[in-house]
Amino acid sequence: MGDACSCGGCVGSKIGCDNVLDKFPEQKADLEKYMDSLPIGKEKEANRGLLIQCLHKAQGIYGYLPESVQLFVANKLGLHLSEVYGVISFYSYFTDIPVGENKINVCLGTACFVKGADKVMAEFERVLGVKDGQTTENGKFTLGGLRCVGACSLAPVVMVNDRVYGNVTPAMVGDIIADCK
Amino acid sequence: MINLTINNQPVSVEEGSTILEAAGKLGIRIPTLCHIKLDCFNVEHRVGSCRVCVVEVEGRPNLAPSCCTPVMEGMVVKTNTIRAINARRTMLDLILSDHPKDCLTCEKNLECELQNLAQEMGLHRIVYEGEQSTYPKDMANESIVRDLNKCIMCRRCETACNEIQTVGILSGVRRGFEAVVAPSGERPLNETKCTFCGQCVAACPVGALTEMDHTYAVWRALNDKTKTVVVQTAPAVRAAIGEMFGIMEGCTTGKMVTGLRMLGFDKVFDTDFTADLTIMEETHELIERVKAGKNLPILTSCCPGWVKFFEHQFPDMINIPSSAKSPQQMFGAVAKTFYAEKIGVKPEDMVVVSVMPCLAKKYEASREEFNSSGARDVDIVISTRELGKMFQEAGILFEKLEDSEYDSPLGESTGAAVIFGATGGVLEAALRTAADWLTGEDLKDIDFKAVRGFEAIREATVNVAGMDIKVAVASGLGNARKLLEKIRSGEADYTAIEIMACPGGCLNGGGQPYIHGDTSILKKRMDALYAEDTGKTIRKSHQNPDIKKIYEEFFGEPGSHKAHELLHTHYKARTNA
Repeated sequence: MGDACSCGGCVGSKIGCDNVLDKFPEQKADLEKYMDSLPIGKEKEANRGLLIQCLHKAQGIYGYLPESVQLFVANKLGLHLSEVYGVISFYSYFTDIPVGENKINVCLGTACFVKGADKVMAEFERVLGVKDGQTTENGKFTLGGLRCVGACSLAPVVMVNDRVYGNVTPAMVGDIIADCK
Repeated sequence: MINLTINNQPVSVEEGSTILEAAGKLGIRIPTLCHIKLDCFNVEHRVGSCRVCVVEVEGRPNLAPSCCTPVMEGMVVKTNTIRAINARRTMLDLILSDHPKDCLTCEKNLECELQNLAQEMGLHRIVYEGEQSTYPKDMANESIVRDLNKCIMCRRCETACNEIQTVGILSGVRRGFEAVVAPSGERPLNETKCTFCGQCVAACPVGALTEMDHTYAVWRALNDKTKTVVVQTAPAVRAAIGEMFGIMEGCTTGKMVTGLRMLGFDKVFDTDFTADLTIMEETHELIERVKAGKNLPILTSCCPGWVKFFEHQFPDMINIPSSAKSPQQMFGAVAKTFYAEKIGVKPEDMVVVSVMPCLAKKYEASREEFNSSGARDVDIVISTRELGKMFQEAGILFEKLEDSEYDSPLGESTGAAVIFGATGGVLEAALRTAADWLTGEDLKDIDFKAVRGFEAIREATVNVAGMDIKVAVASGLGNARKLLEKIRSGEADYTAIEIMACPGGCLNGGGQPYIHGDTSILKKRMDALYAEDTGKTIRKSHQNPDIKKIYEEFFGEPGSHKAHELLHTHYKARTNA
């Protein structure tokens, strides 16, 4: 068994004890309102079909899917936590690790790669002091690689949140980061 | 009916049947690996993930997985063409490419369905030397070892955990080569709501899920001259241990007792004795509650998987189950207090070993509250399979052993105790005693057949001393959940309910010899237990002479202060996640 937990609501294990739901009551109300608007019934099979959209919504609200949120969604849909975790771990879009305010994704698809995306990635890693997949200590940036955003004519491409930068060179990395602030 | 031909032989089967079933009707064997069907529980796992059962269907470009392809009128199937056979072999080659080849030292050696298939299909070399998974083993609990490097993703364990038991801790996580079956957050089992029922172990065709082996601890205790080592054997063990030595029918109680003595146990006792003791305490509690008309229904509490299940999933109802300890834990408490005192041995110099059909019993014995003697009451728990292995290791030719009797005083038992091993048995045993106590007579009609059998949930209204008592029996935690939800909603008005975590009860426990989907073995075990019951002169717990004596000498009355101290327990609410 894990160490005793301070939340007071659990016995024997720390499942769902990250306190995220309690810390942000408005966000919780938002998620609850959304889920209450869905046709959730008693049939597990039918509810399972609503899972992905709930997770989408939840990740949109919190930026990631901490275990307490997974459990909240699971309980509302009458599913086991393990099923929810199974879905989250299957799709690379979902994450249960907190991400930074800004998500910087360097395209490492074939076209971008041959045009030098690896050098762009290396420069981001050097400037931000984190590796591919990590978040800076101040929580500002999460650096990641992705496969093809469909803008190969602009290769190499970098996506920052919803913005796309084309023809990126290592020299542009500092300016791209500055744009986020 | 649907008509088709398989390997040029005509066959007609019911609509909805699979090619595999139709072939079976013709006596044609198609190899399977991920597929399992448990006839007596109406459970079928047919995900078609391993593709070992592929066959050729005329007019279809691709091979069809026979376990999950429904038959169609006029279908022409060939099961043994070179194309089908080659495809099967390739499937096995690919599975083996990421499977350890340490069969000699694997827990499942000679019990592995993948190993059997490799032999059957004549695989004599490893074709693909690919990347190997390297996951650490999960050995953090007392009951179950998970070795994901051996997992073949058949996902039978998921069906056992999620569909049959509705415990719901296992799910396929991640994808591609990294995909594994794991609890949420990929936690070790001891940090989840796992009940340790071991049905996943019983379902696993390979060595990915096995029991935690405690046989070495037993050997060490047996060789320690300073210790008095006593053993107890659960009711269901005697109906199954013989299978490991080719005895497929009947109980082998006498041989098992002889074998245990040969292993070197100082005293060979019987959990059946404390099963009788459980009936005394539980029936007393039942009658008290009925008289008071409060806190009904009473639920049995012998099964540690069931106890952990309601602690996690029905924490609002933890005051309904009987407070009586399980027979295993009553035995531990009695052995290390009453018996230790009687023979002048300090509890710390006594080692209590249990042989159980169950993996959850290993976990149960480690629960911190079970220390009536000042230390752990039951020191080591081994499964029926582990005992079989110890006999083999010791060179004991089990099938040739003479019968012998249990030692006294914790070895005497009744027919009521031996049926604890079958679903419905505990309730029937309690009804036998309740009927006598309430009427003050020695009733002759004691076979409560309505509560017997493999049916998921059995309900009956039994007349006991002019009172109608509504009872129900469920085995398998999914069925237990249905009953509990009915109680919670107020829809049900039962007086007494028996629940066992494993479908069919302890005779199908997670620690029993593997049945590999052959449920006719379970029927034989059940028959063996009821035959043992009818063969006994005394068939009611309260008539066990040694039970009478232990109350006279030690406990006083059922429900006495001392009985409460040693024979009763409490439950705690746990996280339902």
